Amino acid sequence: MLLLLQYTIIFASVLMLVALGGCFSEHSGVINLGLEGIMLIGALGGAITLNALGAKAPAGVIVLAVTLVSILFGMLYSALLGVACINFKADQTLVGTAMNMLSVASATVIVKAMNAAKNPNNVSSTIEYFNPKKAFLIRIGGFEFNWFMVIAVVILIGAYVVLYKTKFGLRLMACGEHPQAADSVGINVNKMRWSGVLISGFLGGLGGIVYIVAGASEWKFETGVAGFGFLALAVMIFGQWKPHKIALAALLFGFFRALSNVYSGIDFMAALHLNSSIYNMLPYIISLVVLAFTSKNSRAPKAEGIPYDKGSR
Amino acid sequence: MNETKKKKSIWTNSAFQSIIASLLCIVVGVLIGYIVLLFINPNGASEAIVAILKNFLNYPSQQAALMYLGNTLVRTAPLLMCALSIQFCYKAGLFNIGAAGQYVAGAGACLYTALGLHANWFFCLLAAVLAGGIFGLITGLLKAYKSVNEVISGIMLNWIALYLVNMVLNNVKEVASPYTKSIAEVNHGALLPSLGLGKLFTDNQYVTIAIPLAIIIAILIAWVLKKTVFGYEVLATGYNKNAAKYAGMKENRNIVVTIVIGGMLAGAGAAFLYLTGYEQWSCTQTTVPGMGFNGIAATFLGGLDPIGTIFASYFIQHITSGGAYVDLNIYPSQVSDIISSVIIYLCGFVFFIKYIMNSIHAKKAEKAILATKKVEAAKASDVNVASDDNKKGGDQ
Repeated sequence: MLLLLQYTIIFASVLMLVALGGCFSEHSGVINLGLEGIMLIGALGGAITLNALGAKAPAGVIVLAVTLVSILFGMLYSALLGVACINFKADQTLVGTAMNMLSVASATVIVKAMNAAKNPNNVSSTIEYFNPKKAFLIRIGGFEFNWFMVIAVVILIGAYVVLYKTKFGLRLMACGEHPQAADSVGINVNKMRWSGVLISGFLGGLGGIVYIVAGASEWKFETGVAGFGFLALAVMIFGQWKPHKIALAALLFGFFRALSNVYSGIDFMAALHLNSSIYNMLPYIISLVVLAFTSKNSRAPKAEGIPYDKGSR
Repeated sequence: MNETKKKKSIWTNSAFQSIIASLLCIVVGVLIGYIVLLFINPNGASEAIVAILKNFLNYPSQQAALMYLGNTLVRTAPLLMCALSIQFCYKAGLFNIGAAGQYVAGAGACLYTALGLHANWFFCLLAAVLAGGIFGLITGLLKAYKSVNEVISGIMLNWIALYLVNMVLNNVKEVASPYTKSIAEVNHGALLPSLGLGKLFTDNQYVTIAIPLAIIIAILIAWVLKKTVFGYEVLATGYNKNAAKYAGMKENRNIVVTIVIGGMLAGAGAAFLYLTGYEQWSCTQTTVPGMGFNGIAATFLGGLDPIGTIFASYFIQHITSGGAYVDLNIYPSQVSDIISSVIIYLCGFVFFIKYIMNSIHAKKAEKAILATKKVEAAKASDVNVASDDNKKGGDQ
């Protein structure tokens, strides 16, 4: 049971971070389908740093460096979306999908090349970081905790404040609702959308490193992040694009995702003898059902997905 | 009027622009692939990129090359079907990212009917088409009546399909491996008929009617879109959903039917691959097969035109297969995935490239008009000056 709680918290904080990223991007008017790819690239940056620093570096340095590098990688990668969709008015769905494919291909190539450079016989796409990742752990009794959870809570509060209590946040949301109106009162729509996309890169990259460090000790980059970015999008929609509701939605989805990892350890669930595939499907089925009931009165930003064109009415 | 039409430059022709834009995407994509290779190891990069582009031509003997051309074609057929699935839905304004899941569902259905139920190939194909259609139907109904974004529901269904198929095919897998049993051994009648096509490719047993069928279906799709009422309604819904509704088209029904057809196409695509016995399904897969996603690349590279997509699908498959021929001790084969995903990314810029081409042409045309106007104005002013002189003369 403790394990279930632990995994729920891990997955919930990942989903929440990434969903908040999506939330900022969509409030500015850009649909970010590339979150999955941003997560993977952020994770790649973090994993390389972890591996390079090794276990000898002081814990504080590891935590800080890994977090910063992941964020930087995520933001750089999200710039691909910004350039194409904001400056060149490309189709956001298409570009997002391309980014996801590119992330898996390039992460695999980079890791394989790095592994092969160290040891010519190693052609795997796995990075191992068992020892250095201990820097992130905080133990309270039997409960394993890690620094990222603290960061996640801080960011949740930060996101809420920025979005609703600052001039920047309100302007950002205006650009996703009615960019022409925002422009008419002197808000630079492209700049706001760029901020939205970069913030989603920031949070997506962070979510990526949390996902691979909290859940595992090594990562095979060929597998991507197993649909977590997309699940985060569902969390965002279920959370109605509002940070506090996103947090609750993330807990719910995180719980179901955790079930598939630990069900065999829980007596009555193991007794059901259900195929593990069913538990793997569960989060997706639930999000479909939930979406079916909530999408009709969706509170999606009105202008999301539409490139801003000054000339149009 | 006729004269002005004749004068119209080839640069403003939409089809020509699409081809130029696609070629541009390919060139830049390959260039980026080359740069990546240079970064990994500059010594063999040129040979590696040539190897990717040569694909089956890497074999010196003509027979072997033909055989491997056959293999590339075998994998082109399902890719083309996925691309058509995405394209057909895109014409109606729907982004069928669920094609990947519909493809997976089709794979599961045809393999289970072949290996579990021991049915004939025709029924296996039918099962795949139906399974793909059902997954499309779910997306379509959710979109039309519950306004669930088809991209999100499609993505969810991709994963549901993957795990569902893993679970179902677990019943017909080999004992010692995670792969499904070989169709050729268990149920030979489930293999798609070859009709002697294999002989053309040095007795390649995997070359079947799937390849010509896929091409015929592409032409059929082009015909449906251009010449039928339903195709017209699909296009109208894509241009403006509300206008289509206003014109009395049943837009909800059209949405559902369009995605179901898309699902069927993707499902059939899976049957076109798995019923040749070319590949076996691994029941421990944790990622959705890339075929559906590569279909997005093919359809956009093909300029959203069914005939163009035939060539684009071949090209994408050509470089994907070509990835296997790089020196794997130095370079990972996924370099070719980088090339194809960069190409998709660049396809986002196609509208911009076309816009540039149009505006360059427009500027030229404007200059020409301005020049003729200047000449005319000069003539007119000459006349004015002359008449002014006359007036002055009159006053005096």
